Amino acid sequence: MSETAAVRETWIKVGELAGIPRLGARVVCTLFGNIAVFRTADDQVFALADRCPHKGGPLSQGMVFGTRVACPLHDWVVELKNGRAVAPDVGCTPSFPVRVEAGVVWLKLALEPNVAAAAVGV
Amino acid sequence: MTRRRLVVVGNGMAGMRTVEELLALAPDLYDITVFGAEPHGNYNRILLSPVLAGEKTIDDIILNDRAWYAEHHIRLHAGKMVRTIDRRKKTVVAADGTSERYDRLLLATGSTPIILPLPGKELAGVVTFRDIDDVERMLATAGNGGRHAVVIGGGLLGLEAANGLAKRGMDVTVVHLLGTLMERQLDAPAAGLLQRALESRGLRFLLEHQTAAILGDQRVRAVRFTNGVELPADLVVMSVGIKPNIELAKSAGLYCKRGVVVNDTLQTFDPSIYAVGECVEHRGATYGLVAPLFEQAKVCANHLARAGSARYEGSLAATKLKVTGIEVYSAGDFQDDAQAESLVFQDAARGVYKKLVLRDNRIRGSVLVGDTVDGPWYFQLLREGTDVSELREQLLFGQAHVGDSGHGAASKVAALPDEAEICGCNGVCKGAIVRAIVEQGLFSLEEVRAHTKASSSCGSCTGLVEQILASTVGDASPTQKKKPLCPCTDYTHDEVRQAIRANQLKSMAAVRQFLEWKTPDGCQKCRPALNYYLVCAWPGEYVDDSRSRFINERAHANIQKDGTYSVVPRIWGGVTTPAELRAIAEVAERYQVPTVKITGGQRIDLLGVKKADLPHVWRDLGRAGLVSGHAYGKALRTVKTCVGSEWCRFGTQDSTTMGIKMEKMTWGAWTPHKVKMAVSGCPRNCAEATIKDFGVVAVDSGWELHVGGNGGVKVRVTDLLCKVRTMEEVLEYCAAFMQLYREEARYLERTAPWIERVGLAYVKRRVVEDTDGRKALAARFAASQREAQVDPWAERAAGFDQDEFSAILAS
Repeated sequence: MSETAAVRETWIKVGELAGIPRLGARVVCTLFGNIAVFRTADDQVFALADRCPHKGGPLSQGMVFGTRVACPLHDWVVELKNGRAVAPDVGCTPSFPVRVEAGVVWLKLALEPNVAAAAVGV
Repeated sequence: MTRRRLVVVGNGMAGMRTVEELLALAPDLYDITVFGAEPHGNYNRILLSPVLAGEKTIDDIILNDRAWYAEHHIRLHAGKMVRTIDRRKKTVVAADGTSERYDRLLLATGSTPIILPLPGKELAGVVTFRDIDDVERMLATAGNGGRHAVVIGGGLLGLEAANGLAKRGMDVTVVHLLGTLMERQLDAPAAGLLQRALESRGLRFLLEHQTAAILGDQRVRAVRFTNGVELPADLVVMSVGIKPNIELAKSAGLYCKRGVVVNDTLQTFDPSIYAVGECVEHRGATYGLVAPLFEQAKVCANHLARAGSARYEGSLAATKLKVTGIEVYSAGDFQDDAQAESLVFQDAARGVYKKLVLRDNRIRGSVLVGDTVDGPWYFQLLREGTDVSELREQLLFGQAHVGDSGHGAASKVAALPDEAEICGCNGVCKGAIVRAIVEQGLFSLEEVRAHTKASSSCGSCTGLVEQILASTVGDASPTQKKKPLCPCTDYTHDEVRQAIRANQLKSMAAVRQFLEWKTPDGCQKCRPALNYYLVCAWPGEYVDDSRSRFINERAHANIQKDGTYSVVPRIWGGVTTPAELRAIAEVAERYQVPTVKITGGQRIDLLGVKKADLPHVWRDLGRAGLVSGHAYGKALRTVKTCVGSEWCRFGTQDSTTMGIKMEKMTWGAWTPHKVKMAVSGCPRNCAEATIKDFGVVAVDSGWELHVGGNGGVKVRVTDLLCKVRTMEEVLEYCAAFMQLYREEARYLERTAPWIERVGLAYVKRRVVEDTDGRKALAARFAASQREAQVDPWAERAAGFDQDEFSAILAS
């Protein structure tokens, strides 16, 4: 992302890694909508807008396996790494950078309102 | 590191399918080189018949053009025939001297048409029907004013060739050695019907005629038969069968019988050399249909990619004749013998003939002419070895008559317009399916499901989708002998279950390790199934894995389209009180529930509850004594009742009390799919017990027990299990039935398809006739219930699994 004046970004503290269940997710309510923060079996953490590219289903409620999540509404499968729907379905949901430091999960939001609002569909 | 070298000999459907599967699994493992004897890219050989008939063009049937090979960095030697394999040097050499070294060699040399050793077989105008070149020669003859065509051989290919030539304006006679056509696929009445249908299109037949010679100087002029009769001919098509093309393999010293012999991994006797397709002989069988070849391709690619887990165990084949407007379908062993019995439906005026051959109440073979819409269904029953004694009366009339959502009438799929809706669940019309098949190059039902979603929900349109697939790509019969539980494993539901019990596997990790799962933590298909099988096998011992439960069963409420939830408290037997109603009303107001609705199962549904409110809603309902109604689970849902003898002037028994007792006994049980029950107080059956999984109908002398009903997508009326006298007996039979279903049905299989699969006779034997067995089943159910009957709402209202229901607020 380019560091221009129009785009400010900030890291949000999500909480302890232990607060997110393995093979599960927690929803983080932000100014720009809900973001799902996932944790895989091997403790990788990913964040996606909590909206399936298909019909907006809450991905945070889906089943996590490998580095994918199945949407609870119509079983579309979405890649946690980049928010892309797994073929043959086509679509993409915005993803957000996350990092884990000393057992604490951080989430980066771009605060440029239009970008972020469009990204999470508000 | 240099990449390994894979050389493929044969550029046909089997070879290229293997390459495609391999590229999907391991795109960078090999440098791939392909030799093809024909000068084209890869095309769909099955569709040569429609090309000959003028219904498709060559361009329509190309599967991979030259750009595809370039895009995937595959070196294509088109028009070069491989002559020798030097196994010691691991090199192949083509006729023109081109040579390539290999680490792995894949033989997909296909088959060659049999040419009868007749005088005159080498004359111009004598052709076979195998490749684009043959079709072009036939079309050239038809186009240059050739009038008379003689097709030798009345099998599938011969008839398709004859039909095509007739459509091109030639005067066609089919000559056949035997007295009936397609004798390997059809019995005499079916063959007769087919012959008349083809005759009405202008084809002529000479049956029981043996060809003696083909006459002419340079070009064919006539055909003479052993009885002296002569027929004028400008074109002779020899179509008397194919034989696996094994010359190359043989010359390289590979072990061959009829075909190149391979094991279950498609490996020949030389471990560096694999073989797939029509050139192969596997467990004594050779195949000439596309579906088995594709199954082989999948397995072979799995081994070439060094995944090394898949096995090919042979295929069952079904045949379809591709002559537009004449439907013919044949599968399995259709000849009568002493142990077999036949069901036959014949309507000569409509041109319809159906024959099913049964042995031990199971379908062994089928022959269908004129109306083939149920072909795939019969084939499925055949493949799964389903006991059809209960379906017998309706069997010949088709799946639509054993209860379907009304697709049966639309049997002429080919005639449907593009905008005809095929899949009602997902709103997919015929045109969209055909487009996806053509544009994406789809060949199997699974692929069509993935790309279009058609038939991926309720499945009632599966037969139609298969027909569209068949009419678009030529052939798409499912032939897999067994269906794996999910892509993470090659084992079936039944094999997994068996392994869990036999090997005392008590955790999901243990199952996956023991059965060599291909994924570390499974997928959204296998995890819930394994979790259920473990819950069922080890009650009280196995700890339920909430992460392997679909959201509804994890959150103990039903997710709605907007991400809110619905809450349905249990109302025992549908009988409630003012106090309960008041509590429900207060909850609805307090949490601003947008919709309150009475359900079909005599419960009250609170729709639109926010997830974070769920534990509070449950706490407030719990204070009035209300517990979870499990309206969200693969579990006992509701027991619906009528007021029975307590109020009704017709009632013969106390159906409400009976229903409440049944619900108190069965609530909380996890089952393979949802279970609904009902109790009616008299045969007027106001509780609609005869479309429930377990329905009880009171009569004056006791209770009738009905099982396997379904009111959903596919309406099915229950089968009568038996009649009992007392309430205690009803409970014992009910518990035994539940436990048998829990222990033996596959995950996500309702009681209706389960009973159709195993047969009512089997259920009767276990639940009715075997008294000790029934008592043991009921005892196991009771033991499991002691662990299962915990109200999940009360637990969560008290704080269990708190994180599930709360979001994190970020500023």
